[in-house]
Amino acid sequence: MSQLIFMFSYHFMQRALVVGIMVSLCAALLGVSLVLKRYSMIGDGLSHVGFGALAIASALNLAPLAVAVPVVVAAAILLLRLRQNAAVKGDAAIAMISSSALAIGVISLSLSTGMNTELSSYMFGSVLSLSSEDAVLSVILSLAVLSLFLLFYPRLFAVTFDESFSRATGTRTEVYNTLLAVLTAVTVVLGMRMMGALLISSLIIFPALSAMCVCRSFKSVVISSAVISVFCFLVGLVFSYFFETPTGASIVVADLVCYGIFRLLGRK
Amino acid sequence: MAILECKDLCFSYEGKRVLEGVNFSLNAGDYLCVVGENGSGKSTLIKGLLGLKAPEEGSIKLSDGLKATEIGYLPQQTQVQRDFPASVYEVVLSGCLNSLGSSLFYTKALKQRALENMERMGIDEIKNESYQTLSGGQQQRVLLARALCATKKLLLLDEPVTGLDPIASGEMYNLIKLINLCDNISVIMVSHDIHEAVRYATHILHLGHKQLFFGTAAEYRESSLARRFLGGDRI
Repeated sequence: MSQLIFMFSYHFMQRALVVGIMVSLCAALLGVSLVLKRYSMIGDGLSHVGFGALAIASALNLAPLAVAVPVVVAAAILLLRLRQNAAVKGDAAIAMISSSALAIGVISLSLSTGMNTELSSYMFGSVLSLSSEDAVLSVILSLAVLSLFLLFYPRLFAVTFDESFSRATGTRTEVYNTLLAVLTAVTVVLGMRMMGALLISSLIIFPALSAMCVCRSFKSVVISSAVISVFCFLVGLVFSYFFETPTGASIVVADLVCYGIFRLLGRK
Repeated sequence: MAILECKDLCFSYEGKRVLEGVNFSLNAGDYLCVVGENGSGKSTLIKGLLGLKAPEEGSIKLSDGLKATEIGYLPQQTQVQRDFPASVYEVVLSGCLNSLGSSLFYTKALKQRALENMERMGIDEIKNESYQTLSGGQQQRVLLARALCATKKLLLLDEPVTGLDPIASGEMYNLIKLINLCDNISVIMVSHDIHEAVRYATHILHLGHKQLFFGTAAEYRESSLARRFLGGDRI
Protein backbone atom coordinates (compact mmCIF):
# COMPACT_ATOMS: atom_id res chain seq x y z
CA MET A 1 0.00 0.00 0.00
CA SER A 2 2.76 2.41 0.96
CA GLN A 3 4.42 1.54 -2.33
CA LEU A 4 1.24 2.51 -4.15
CA ILE A 5 1.17 5.84 -2.36
CA PHE A 6 4.82 6.32 -3.18
CA MET A 7 4.12 5.52 -6.82
CA PHE A 8 1.55 8.27 -7.09
CA SER A 9 3.78 10.81 -5.38
CA TYR A 10 5.53 11.25 -8.73
CA HIS A 11 4.04 14.08 -10.71
CA PHE A 12 4.19 12.20 -13.98
CA MET A 13 2.29 9.33 -12.42
CA GLN A 14 -0.42 11.66 -11.16
CA ARG A 15 -0.75 13.14 -14.60
CA ALA A 16 -0.85 9.72 -16.19
CA LEU A 17 -3.50 8.63 -13.70
CA VAL A 18 -5.85 11.55 -14.33
CA VAL A 19 -5.44 11.64 -18.11
CA GLY A 20 -5.57 7.86 -18.32
CA ILE A 21 -8.86 7.60 -16.46
CA MET A 22 -10.45 10.31 -18.57
CA VAL A 23 -9.26 8.81 -21.86
CA SER A 24 -10.29 5.30 -20.78
CA LEU A 25 -13.79 6.57 -20.08
CA CYS A 26 -14.05 8.28 -23.47
CA ALA A 27 -12.68 5.27 -25.30
CA ALA A 28 -15.03 2.88 -23.53
CA LEU A 29 -18.18 4.90 -24.25
CA LEU A 30 -17.36 5.50 -27.90
CA GLY A 31 -16.12 1.93 -28.25
CA VAL A 32 -19.60 0.53 -27.70
CA SER A 33 -21.00 2.47 -30.65
CA LEU A 34 -17.98 1.85 -32.86
CA VAL A 35 -17.93 -1.90 -32.31
CA LEU A 36 -21.68 -2.18 -32.91
CA LYS A 37 -21.53 -0.06 -36.04
CA ARG A 38 -18.66 -2.21 -37.34
CA TYR A 39 -16.35 0.79 -37.23
CA SER A 40 -13.64 -0.83 -35.08
CA MET A 41 -11.03 -0.56 -37.78
CA ILE A 42 -11.53 3.19 -38.04
CA GLY A 43 -10.02 3.57 -34.56
CA ASP A 44 -6.99 1.61 -35.68
CA GLY A 45 -6.63 3.59 -38.90
CA LEU A 46 -6.91 6.88 -37.04
CA SER A 47 -4.19 5.96 -34.59
CA HIS A 48 -1.75 5.51 -37.48
CA VAL A 49 -2.75 8.85 -38.91
CA GLY A 50 -2.21 10.27 -35.43
CA PHE A 51 1.27 8.78 -35.38
CA GLY A 52 2.10 10.43 -38.67
CA ALA A 53 0.79 13.78 -37.41
CA LEU A 54 2.72 13.56 -34.14
CA ALA A 55 5.91 12.65 -35.96
CA ILE A 56 5.61 15.62 -38.30
CA ALA A 57 4.77 17.92 -35.38
CA SER A 58 7.87 16.85 -33.52
CA ALA A 59 10.03 17.17 -36.64
CA LEU A 60 8.81 20.75 -37.08
CA ASN A 61 8.95 21.49 -33.34
CA LEU A 62 5.25 22.21 -33.08
CA ALA A 63 2.93 21.44 -30.16
CA PRO A 64 2.02 17.76 -30.71
CA LEU A 65 -1.65 17.79 -29.72
CA ALA A 66 -2.45 21.02 -31.51
CA VAL A 67 -1.27 19.47 -34.79
CA ALA A 68 -2.54 15.94 -34.28
CA VAL A 69 -6.12 16.71 -33.20
CA PRO A 70 -7.20 18.60 -36.35
CA VAL A 71 -5.35 16.24 -38.69
CA VAL A 72 -6.93 13.14 -37.18
CA VAL A 73 -10.37 14.74 -37.05
CA ALA A 74 -10.05 15.48 -40.77
CA ALA A 75 -8.95 11.90 -41.42
CA ALA A 76 -11.93 10.58 -39.46
CA ILE A 77 -14.38 12.58 -41.54
CA LEU A 78 -12.62 11.44 -44.71
CA LEU A 79 -12.76 7.77 -43.69
CA LEU A 80 -16.46 8.07 -42.95
CA ARG A 81 -17.10 9.60 -46.37
CA LEU A 82 -15.09 6.84 -48.03
CA ARG A 83 -17.23 4.24 -46.34
CA GLN A 84 -20.34 5.84 -47.74
CA ASN A 85 -19.37 5.97 -51.38
CA ALA A 86 -18.20 2.68 -52.69
CA ALA A 87 -15.44 3.90 -55.04
CA VAL A 88 -12.78 2.47 -52.74
CA LYS A 89 -14.01 -0.19 -50.36
CA GLY A 90 -14.07 0.99 -46.75
CA ASP A 91 -11.60 -1.44 -45.27
CA ALA A 92 -9.16 -1.08 -48.16
CA ALA A 93 -9.33 2.70 -47.76
CA ILE A 94 -8.52 2.42 -44.07
CA ALA A 95 -5.56 0.12 -44.71
CA MET A 96 -4.30 2.47 -47.41
CA ILE A 97 -4.54 5.62 -45.33
CA SER A 98 -3.17 4.10 -42.16
CA SER A 99 -0.09 2.52 -43.68
CA SER A 100 0.67 5.66 -45.71
CA ALA A 101 0.41 7.80 -42.59
CA LEU A 102 2.65 5.41 -40.71
CA ALA A 103 5.24 5.51 -43.49
CA ILE A 104 5.22 9.31 -43.66
CA GLY A 105 5.57 9.46 -39.89
CA VAL A 106 8.54 7.09 -39.83
CA ILE A 107 10.30 9.00 -42.61
CA SER A 108 9.82 12.40 -41.01
CA LEU A 109 11.06 11.05 -37.67
CA SER A 110 14.15 9.48 -39.20
CA LEU A 111 14.94 12.68 -41.11
CA SER A 112 14.68 14.85 -37.99
CA THR A 113 15.75 13.02 -34.86
CA GLY A 114 16.77 9.63 -36.11
CA MET A 115 14.96 6.40 -35.31
CA ASN A 116 15.31 6.15 -31.57
CA THR A 117 13.44 6.39 -28.31
CA GLU A 118 11.06 8.98 -29.73
CA LEU A 119 9.81 6.53 -32.31
CA SER A 120 9.28 3.78 -29.82
CA SER A 121 7.44 6.12 -27.44
CA TYR A 122 5.05 7.07 -30.25
CA MET A 123 4.57 3.50 -31.36
CA PHE A 124 4.13 1.91 -27.97
CA GLY A 125 3.32 4.83 -25.71
CA SER A 126 4.96 6.15 -22.60
CA VAL A 127 3.59 7.71 -19.43
CA LEU A 128 6.62 9.98 -19.38
CA SER A 129 5.68 11.69 -22.62
CA LEU A 130 2.86 13.75 -21.10
CA SER A 131 3.80 17.33 -20.34
CA SER A 132 1.61 19.23 -17.92
CA GLU A 133 0.19 21.41 -20.72
CA ASP A 134 -0.69 18.23 -22.62
CA ALA A 135 -2.36 16.89 -19.51
CA VAL A 136 -4.53 19.98 -19.06
CA LEU A 137 -5.55 19.97 -22.71
CA SER A 138 -6.26 16.24 -22.55
CA VAL A 139 -8.54 16.62 -19.54
CA ILE A 140 -10.46 19.48 -21.17
CA LEU A 141 -10.91 17.56 -24.42
CA SER A 142 -11.94 14.38 -22.63
CA LEU A 143 -14.55 16.29 -20.66
CA ALA A 144 -15.88 17.68 -23.93
CA VAL A 145 -16.04 14.18 -25.47
CA LEU A 146 -17.78 12.74 -22.41
CA SER A 147 -20.38 15.49 -22.17
CA LEU A 148 -21.17 15.40 -25.89
CA PHE A 149 -21.62 11.64 -25.73
CA LEU A 150 -23.95 11.89 -22.73
CA LEU A 151 -25.97 14.79 -24.14
CA PHE A 152 -26.59 13.02 -27.44
CA TYR A 153 -26.98 9.59 -25.91
CA PRO A 154 -30.58 8.93 -27.12
CA ARG A 155 -29.72 9.99 -30.65
CA LEU A 156 -26.44 8.09 -30.74
CA PHE A 157 -28.28 4.97 -29.59
CA ALA A 158 -30.88 5.32 -32.33
CA VAL A 159 -28.27 5.93 -35.03
CA THR A 160 -26.19 2.99 -33.82
CA PHE A 161 -29.10 0.59 -33.59
CA ASP A 162 -30.86 1.33 -36.83
CA GLU A 163 -29.58 3.99 -39.14
CA SER A 164 -32.26 3.70 -41.81
CA PHE A 165 -35.11 3.93 -39.29
CA SER A 166 -33.52 6.99 -37.70
CA ARG A 167 -33.03 8.61 -41.07
CA ALA A 168 -36.59 7.82 -42.15
CA THR A 169 -38.00 9.40 -39.01
CA GLY A 170 -36.08 12.58 -39.58
CA THR A 171 -32.85 12.19 -37.60
CA ARG A 172 -29.91 13.69 -39.42
CA THR A 173 -27.80 10.57 -39.18
CA GLU A 174 -24.83 11.96 -41.05
CA VAL A 175 -24.48 14.65 -38.36
CA TYR A 176 -24.32 12.02 -35.61
CA ASN A 177 -22.02 9.74 -37.57
CA THR A 178 -19.69 12.67 -38.04
CA LEU A 179 -19.99 13.51 -34.35
CA LEU A 180 -19.04 9.94 -33.52
CA ALA A 181 -16.06 10.05 -35.86
CA VAL A 182 -14.84 13.39 -34.49
CA LEU A 183 -15.14 12.24 -30.89
CA THR A 184 -13.28 9.06 -31.77
CA ALA A 185 -10.54 11.03 -33.47
CA VAL A 186 -10.04 13.24 -30.41
CA THR A 187 -10.01 10.22 -28.10
CA VAL A 188 -7.50 8.37 -30.26
CA VAL A 189 -5.10 11.29 -30.24
CA LEU A 190 -5.41 11.76 -26.49
CA GLY A 191 -4.88 8.10 -25.77
CA MET A 192 -1.99 7.70 -28.18
CA ARG A 193 0.63 9.37 -26.03
CA MET A 194 0.11 6.84 -23.31
CA MET A 195 -0.95 3.75 -25.24
CA GLY A 196 1.02 4.26 -28.41
CA ALA A 197 -0.22 4.24 -31.97
CA LEU A 198 -0.17 0.47 -32.22
CA LEU A 199 -2.16 -0.19 -29.08
CA ILE A 200 -4.73 2.58 -28.73
CA SER A 201 -7.44 0.84 -30.70
CA SER A 202 -7.58 -1.95 -28.12
CA LEU A 203 -8.54 0.65 -25.50
CA ILE A 204 -11.60 1.37 -27.65
CA ILE A 205 -12.56 -2.16 -28.59
CA PHE A 206 -11.81 -4.41 -25.61
CA PRO A 207 -14.00 -2.89 -22.86
CA ALA A 208 -17.03 -2.80 -25.17
CA LEU A 209 -16.51 -6.43 -26.23
CA SER A 210 -16.08 -7.58 -22.62
CA ALA A 211 -19.23 -5.75 -21.53
CA MET A 212 -21.21 -7.25 -24.41
CA CYS A 213 -20.41 -10.75 -23.18
CA VAL A 214 -22.50 -10.31 -20.06
CA CYS A 215 -24.80 -7.30 -20.42
CA ARG A 216 -28.16 -7.29 -22.12
CA SER A 217 -29.13 -3.67 -22.51
CA PHE A 218 -27.31 -0.86 -24.26
CA LYS A 219 -27.20 1.24 -21.11
CA SER A 220 -25.67 -1.53 -19.03
CA VAL A 221 -23.14 -2.25 -21.77
CA VAL A 222 -22.11 1.42 -21.80
CA ILE A 223 -21.81 1.61 -18.01
CA SER A 224 -19.95 -1.70 -17.61
CA SER A 225 -17.69 -0.88 -20.47
CA ALA A 226 -16.71 2.37 -18.71
CA VAL A 227 -16.06 0.58 -15.42
CA ILE A 228 -14.06 -2.22 -17.09
CA SER A 229 -12.02 0.27 -19.05
CA VAL A 230 -11.00 2.33 -15.99
CA PHE A 231 -10.34 -0.78 -13.93
CA CYS A 232 -8.09 -2.34 -16.59
CA PHE A 233 -6.27 0.94 -17.02
CA LEU A 234 -5.49 1.08 -13.28
CA VAL A 235 -4.37 -2.55 -13.19
CA GLY A 236 -2.16 -2.03 -16.23
CA LEU A 237 -0.66 1.18 -14.88
CA VAL A 238 0.20 -0.30 -11.47
CA PHE A 239 1.54 -3.48 -13.06
CA SER A 240 3.74 -1.53 -15.43
CA TYR A 241 5.15 0.54 -12.56
CA PHE A 242 6.09 -2.42 -10.38
CA PHE A 243 7.32 -4.76 -13.08
CA GLU A 244 8.77 -2.06 -15.31
CA THR A 245 6.79 -3.14 -18.34
CA PRO A 246 5.55 -0.70 -21.00
CA THR A 247 2.32 0.94 -19.81
CA GLY A 248 0.31 0.65 -23.01
CA ALA A 249 1.08 -3.03 -23.47
CA SER A 250 0.29 -3.77 -19.83
CA ILE A 251 -3.12 -2.13 -20.17
CA VAL A 252 -3.87 -4.12 -23.31
CA VAL A 253 -2.96 -7.37 -21.56
CA ALA A 254 -5.17 -6.42 -18.58
CA ASP A 255 -8.00 -5.81 -21.06
CA LEU A 256 -7.35 -9.12 -22.76
CA VAL A 257 -7.45 -11.06 -19.49
CA CYS A 258 -10.60 -9.22 -18.51
CA TYR A 259 -12.21 -10.10 -21.84
CA GLY A 260 -11.33 -13.77 -21.31
CA ILE A 261 -12.96 -13.76 -17.88
CA PHE A 262 -16.13 -12.08 -19.13
CA ARG A 263 -16.30 -14.42 -22.08
CA LEU A 264 -16.29 -17.39 -19.72
CA LEU A 265 -18.86 -15.73 -17.43
CA GLY A 266 -21.10 -14.97 -20.38
CA ARG A 267 -21.21 -18.60 -21.49
CA LYS A 268 -23.29 -19.76 -18.54
CA MET B 1 -59.43 11.92 -47.80
CA ALA B 2 -56.04 11.22 -49.35
CA ILE B 3 -53.11 11.39 -46.99
CA LEU B 4 -50.58 10.35 -49.61
CA GLU B 5 -50.57 10.94 -53.34
CA CYS B 6 -47.94 9.78 -55.83
CA LYS B 7 -47.90 11.20 -59.33
CA ASP B 8 -45.79 9.82 -62.21
CA LEU B 9 -43.02 8.66 -59.92
CA CYS B 10 -39.76 7.50 -61.50
CA PHE B 11 -36.65 6.25 -59.75
CA SER B 12 -33.18 5.58 -61.14
CA TYR B 13 -29.94 4.15 -59.83
CA GLU B 14 -26.87 5.56 -61.58
CA GLY B 15 -28.88 6.60 -64.59
CA LYS B 16 -30.67 3.28 -64.91
CA ARG B 17 -34.44 3.35 -64.54
CA VAL B 18 -35.63 0.87 -61.95
CA LEU B 19 -39.19 2.04 -61.51
CA GLU B 20 -41.45 4.32 -63.51
CA GLY B 21 -45.01 5.48 -63.93
CA VAL B 22 -46.19 5.02 -60.38
CA ASN B 23 -49.53 6.72 -59.73
CA PHE B 24 -51.56 5.95 -56.67
CA SER B 25 -53.16 7.58 -53.67
CA LEU B 26 -53.80 6.41 -50.17
CA ASN B 27 -56.74 7.46 -48.01
CA ALA B 28 -56.80 7.53 -44.23
CA GLY B 29 -57.47 4.00 -43.01
CA ASP B 30 -56.41 2.25 -46.21
CA TYR B 31 -54.31 -0.91 -46.08
CA LEU B 32 -52.15 -1.03 -49.20
CA CYS B 33 -50.07 -4.02 -50.09
CA VAL B 34 -47.20 -3.56 -52.53
CA VAL B 35 -46.44 -6.80 -54.37
CA GLY B 36 -44.13 -7.83 -57.18
CA GLU B 37 -41.17 -10.04 -57.86
CA ASN B 38 -37.66 -9.51 -56.49
CA GLY B 39 -36.06 -6.45 -58.03
CA SER B 40 -39.38 -5.06 -59.23
CA GLY B 41 -38.81 -1.75 -57.42
CA LYS B 42 -40.74 -2.35 -54.20
CA SER B 43 -37.91 -1.40 -51.87
CA THR B 44 -37.06 1.59 -54.04
CA LEU B 45 -40.62 2.85 -53.71
CA ILE B 46 -40.44 2.48 -49.92
CA LYS B 47 -37.19 4.44 -49.83
CA GLY B 48 -38.81 7.12 -51.93
CA LEU B 49 -41.84 7.38 -49.67
CA LEU B 50 -39.61 7.70 -46.63
CA GLY B 51 -37.54 10.42 -48.24
CA LEU B 52 -34.41 8.25 -48.24
CA LYS B 53 -34.20 8.41 -52.02
CA ALA B 54 -35.25 11.33 -54.18
CA PRO B 55 -37.47 10.49 -57.17
CA GLU B 56 -36.05 11.34 -60.57
CA GLU B 57 -39.42 12.58 -61.78
CA GLY B 58 -42.89 12.98 -60.37
CA SER B 59 -44.06 13.97 -56.93
CA ILE B 60 -45.02 12.49 -53.60
CA LYS B 61 -47.57 14.63 -51.82
CA LEU B 62 -48.35 14.15 -48.16
CA SER B 63 -51.42 15.87 -46.77
CA ASP B 64 -53.62 15.95 -43.69
CA GLY B 65 -50.72 17.23 -41.60
CA LEU B 66 -48.61 14.14 -42.25
CA LYS B 67 -44.87 14.78 -42.43
CA ALA B 68 -42.34 12.48 -44.05
CA THR B 69 -40.65 12.15 -40.68
CA GLU B 70 -43.86 10.98 -39.02
CA ILE B 71 -44.18 7.72 -40.92
CA GLY B 72 -43.78 4.70 -38.69
CA TYR B 73 -41.29 2.49 -40.47
CA LEU B 74 -40.54 -1.19 -39.93
CA PRO B 75 -37.41 -1.95 -41.95
CA GLN B 76 -36.12 -5.33 -42.98
CA GLN B 77 -33.86 -6.59 -40.22
CA THR B 78 -30.14 -6.30 -40.69
CA GLN B 79 -27.48 -8.60 -39.32
CA VAL B 80 -26.19 -5.84 -37.04
CA GLN B 81 -29.48 -5.63 -35.17
CA ARG B 82 -29.75 -9.33 -34.53
CA ASP B 83 -26.71 -9.35 -32.23
CA PHE B 84 -27.19 -5.87 -30.79
CA PRO B 85 -27.22 -5.63 -26.99
CA ALA B 86 -30.28 -3.51 -26.27
CA SER B 87 -33.31 -4.05 -24.08
CA VAL B 88 -36.80 -4.17 -25.57
CA TYR B 89 -37.65 -0.91 -23.82
CA GLU B 90 -34.61 0.88 -25.24
CA VAL B 91 -35.47 -0.18 -28.78
CA VAL B 92 -39.14 0.82 -28.52
CA LEU B 93 -38.28 4.14 -26.88
CA SER B 94 -35.95 5.01 -29.75
CA GLY B 95 -39.07 5.23 -31.94
CA CYS B 96 -40.03 8.40 -30.08
CA LEU B 97 -36.91 10.13 -31.39
CA ASN B 98 -38.85 12.17 -33.96
CA SER B 99 -40.99 13.68 -31.18
CA LEU B 100 -37.91 14.79 -29.29
CA GLY B 101 -37.64 18.10 -31.13
CA SER B 102 -34.82 20.12 -29.73
CA SER B 103 -34.79 18.55 -26.29
CA LEU B 104 -31.95 16.19 -25.53
CA PHE B 105 -33.63 13.48 -23.50
CA TYR B 106 -36.92 11.59 -23.56
CA THR B 107 -39.70 13.19 -21.51
CA LYS B 108 -42.07 11.34 -19.19
CA ALA B 109 -44.86 11.56 -21.78
CA LEU B 110 -42.70 9.89 -24.44
CA LYS B 111 -41.66 7.13 -22.04
CA GLN B 112 -45.36 6.60 -21.29
CA ARG B 113 -46.09 6.34 -25.02
CA ALA B 114 -43.39 3.68 -25.38
CA LEU B 115 -44.88 1.71 -22.48
CA GLU B 116 -48.39 1.90 -23.94
CA ASN B 117 -47.23 0.66 -27.32
CA MET B 118 -45.37 -2.23 -25.70
CA GLU B 119 -48.56 -3.19 -23.89
CA ARG B 120 -50.52 -3.11 -27.15
CA MET B 121 -48.00 -5.38 -28.83
CA GLY B 122 -48.00 -7.70 -25.83
CA ILE B 123 -44.33 -7.25 -25.11
CA ASP B 124 -44.56 -5.25 -21.86
CA GLU B 125 -43.64 -8.33 -19.85
CA ILE B 126 -40.36 -8.76 -21.69
CA LYS B 127 -39.54 -5.06 -21.40
CA ASN B 128 -36.12 -5.62 -19.82
CA GLU B 129 -35.10 -8.62 -21.86
CA SER B 130 -32.40 -8.35 -24.42
CA TYR B 131 -33.58 -7.83 -27.98
CA GLN B 132 -31.05 -10.32 -29.33
CA THR B 133 -32.38 -13.24 -27.28
CA LEU B 134 -35.98 -12.87 -28.52
CA SER B 135 -37.61 -15.06 -31.14
CA GLY B 136 -38.09 -13.68 -34.63
CA GLY B 137 -41.77 -13.00 -34.00
CA GLN B 138 -41.08 -11.14 -30.77
CA GLN B 139 -38.36 -9.08 -32.42
CA GLN B 140 -40.78 -8.01 -35.13
CA ARG B 141 -43.35 -7.01 -32.51
CA VAL B 142 -40.69 -4.91 -30.80
CA LEU B 143 -39.93 -3.16 -34.08
CA LEU B 144 -43.66 -2.70 -34.73
CA ALA B 145 -44.07 -1.08 -31.30
CA ARG B 146 -41.17 1.20 -32.16
CA ALA B 147 -42.80 2.12 -35.47
CA LEU B 148 -46.04 2.93 -33.62
CA CYS B 149 -44.12 5.31 -31.36
CA ALA B 150 -43.05 7.21 -34.44
CA THR B 151 -46.48 7.71 -36.02
CA LYS B 152 -50.14 8.34 -35.47
CA LYS B 153 -51.17 8.11 -39.13
CA LEU B 154 -49.13 5.89 -41.42
CA LEU B 155 -47.15 2.68 -41.01
CA LEU B 156 -44.72 1.50 -43.67
CA LEU B 157 -43.75 -2.15 -43.34
CA ASP B 158 -41.01 -3.74 -45.42
CA GLU B 159 -41.44 -7.52 -45.56
CA PRO B 160 -42.61 -7.79 -41.95
CA VAL B 161 -43.04 -11.56 -41.90
CA THR B 162 -39.87 -12.66 -43.70
CA GLY B 163 -38.20 -15.44 -41.75
CA LEU B 164 -41.11 -15.98 -39.37
CA ASP B 165 -42.81 -19.34 -38.87
CA PRO B 166 -46.47 -19.62 -39.98
CA ILE B 167 -47.90 -19.03 -36.50
CA ALA B 168 -45.76 -15.97 -35.86
CA SER B 169 -46.57 -14.55 -39.31
CA GLY B 170 -50.28 -15.09 -38.68
CA GLU B 171 -50.01 -13.20 -35.40
CA MET B 172 -48.08 -10.43 -37.09
CA TYR B 173 -50.72 -10.04 -39.83
CA ASN B 174 -53.48 -9.92 -37.23
CA LEU B 175 -51.67 -7.31 -35.18
CA ILE B 176 -51.16 -5.15 -38.25
CA LYS B 177 -54.81 -5.45 -39.25
CA LEU B 178 -55.84 -4.60 -35.70
CA ILE B 179 -53.74 -1.46 -35.68
CA ASN B 180 -55.17 -0.56 -39.07
CA LEU B 181 -58.80 -0.97 -37.94
CA CYS B 182 -58.74 0.16 -34.30
CA ASP B 183 -56.37 3.11 -34.53
CA ASN B 184 -57.31 4.08 -38.06
CA ILE B 185 -53.64 4.08 -38.98
CA SER B 186 -53.05 3.60 -42.71
CA VAL B 187 -50.72 0.79 -43.67
CA ILE B 188 -48.40 0.34 -46.62
CA MET B 189 -46.84 -3.10 -46.62
CA VAL B 190 -44.33 -4.67 -48.97
CA SER B 191 -44.84 -8.40 -49.14
CA HIS B 192 -43.80 -11.51 -51.01
CA ASP B 193 -46.74 -13.38 -49.67
CA ILE B 194 -49.39 -12.48 -52.24
CA HIS B 195 -52.11 -14.76 -50.84
CA GLU B 196 -52.01 -13.15 -47.41
CA ALA B 197 -51.66 -9.72 -48.99
CA VAL B 198 -54.91 -10.12 -50.88
CA ARG B 199 -56.62 -11.46 -47.77
CA TYR B 200 -55.78 -8.58 -45.43
CA ALA B 201 -55.26 -5.54 -47.64
CA THR B 202 -57.90 -3.15 -48.92
CA HIS B 203 -55.77 -2.06 -51.88
CA ILE B 204 -53.05 -3.67 -53.97
CA LEU B 205 -50.20 -2.06 -55.87
CA HIS B 206 -48.46 -4.49 -58.21
CA LEU B 207 -45.02 -3.43 -59.47
CA GLY B 208 -42.72 -4.81 -62.13
CA HIS B 209 -40.33 -1.95 -62.94
CA LYS B 210 -43.49 0.00 -63.62
CA GLN B 211 -46.94 0.08 -62.14
CA LEU B 212 -48.81 -3.01 -63.35
CA PHE B 213 -51.88 -2.65 -61.20
CA PHE B 214 -53.40 -0.37 -58.62
CA GLY B 215 -56.87 -0.82 -57.20
CA THR B 216 -58.86 -2.50 -54.47
CA ALA B 217 -58.06 -6.02 -53.38
CA ALA B 218 -61.41 -7.20 -54.77
CA GLU B 219 -60.66 -5.79 -58.21
CA TYR B 220 -57.21 -7.31 -58.08
CA ARG B 221 -58.57 -10.78 -57.42
CA GLU B 222 -60.59 -10.56 -60.64
CA SER B 223 -57.68 -9.30 -62.75
CA SER B 224 -55.79 -11.53 -65.15
CA LEU B 225 -52.54 -10.32 -63.65
CA ALA B 226 -53.47 -11.69 -60.27
CA ARG B 227 -54.49 -15.00 -61.73
CA ARG B 228 -51.11 -15.39 -63.34
CA PHE B 229 -49.25 -14.22 -60.25
CA LEU B 230 -51.24 -16.41 -57.91
CA GLY B 231 -50.39 -19.47 -59.93
CA GLY B 232 -53.64 -19.93 -61.80
CA ASP B 233 -55.85 -20.40 -58.76
CA ARG B 234 -58.55 -17.93 -57.97
CA ILE B 235 -58.76 -17.12 -54.30
